[in-house]
Amino acid sequence: MQGTVSAHDGGHDAHAHNPNLQHHFYSMEQQLEASTLGMWLFLVTEVMFFGGMFLAYLIYRVIYPEAWILGSNHLNVAMGALNTGVLICSSLTMALAVRAAQTSNRGAQIRYLLLTMAFGSVFLIVKYFEYAEKFEHHLVPGRHFDMTLPQAGQQQLFFSIYFMMTGIHAIHMIVGLGLMLVILTMAWRGRFSASYYTPIEMSGLYWHFVDIVWIFLFPLLYLLGAHYSAH
Amino acid sequence: MSQHAPVTPVSTYVNIFVALLVLTGLTYVVATFDFGLLNTPIALAVAILKAALVIVYFMGVRYNTPLTKVVVISGFCWLLIMFGLTLNDYLTRAWIGVAGR
Repeated sequence: MQGTVSAHDGGHDAHAHNPNLQHHFYSMEQQLEASTLGMWLFLVTEVMFFGGMFLAYLIYRVIYPEAWILGSNHLNVAMGALNTGVLICSSLTMALAVRAAQTSNRGAQIRYLLLTMAFGSVFLIVKYFEYAEKFEHHLVPGRHFDMTLPQAGQQQLFFSIYFMMTGIHAIHMIVGLGLMLVILTMAWRGRFSASYYTPIEMSGLYWHFVDIVWIFLFPLLYLLGAHYSAH
Repeated sequence: MSQHAPVTPVSTYVNIFVALLVLTGLTYVVATFDFGLLNTPIALAVAILKAALVIVYFMGVRYNTPLTKVVVISGFCWLLIMFGLTLNDYLTRAWIGVAGR
């Protein structure tokens, strides 16, 4: 087995070697395809993970429709709408950050990544004020829940599901911010260019996915009773 | 593939961004009217449209390989199977007398 250390197998010799090409991939294109496929497989498991919670939401809503409307009316529609807008803004800046990598623009990558992180942070700050309001109004399930409310037990169930879904979504946002910190460091060091931008693109897929979850959470949690409270 | 895919112009991203904001506004306006049982299906239809715009344009699935597209679509098919079969159970329980209820 001596002298085989530098052995090349088919394909590698033909190309100028991109230092970011792992030896087990044939080409940069194949490497990106494999990463994209793997990332989407992970996101599909996330779809099923959140799907289970949406299903729990749906079943109990079918069983207790009035309690769901009463509970929904306690949520702050303005804050929910604001956060929807904030996340859509962050998705735009994320897409533009990936584009900046594709066009080898280091300055724009850093700018858009910082903007994305800023929007993500605003989302979490708004969420903090929303949660604080729920604690003040005794709407957090448990022994301090306001049992004088109509259908209190069933509304408590609504709020259990509200806190579980928005809480796990918020944890995903925090993970996303950590991810963006890593990507920002890589962008700062000039790691991304038109020839290699897989990490920033894959992190972008995750960020957009978390945005999509909120796109469903907003109408399903906040807007159920809007036509009652509006009049 | 997208390493050689055309770079999406900024205007496309901005258009999708504006469409998403408009659809969010539409979701809110629709919710303030009472359409009876139709409120939630309308809200869901708008949400699915918004999600599709994000997936196709922001996530760039339109430039991905057919294999990745199949994985994306099948993921949502599994979700529909889970919802369909579970509701098939819960929504039909009252239709017939079940022993013990």
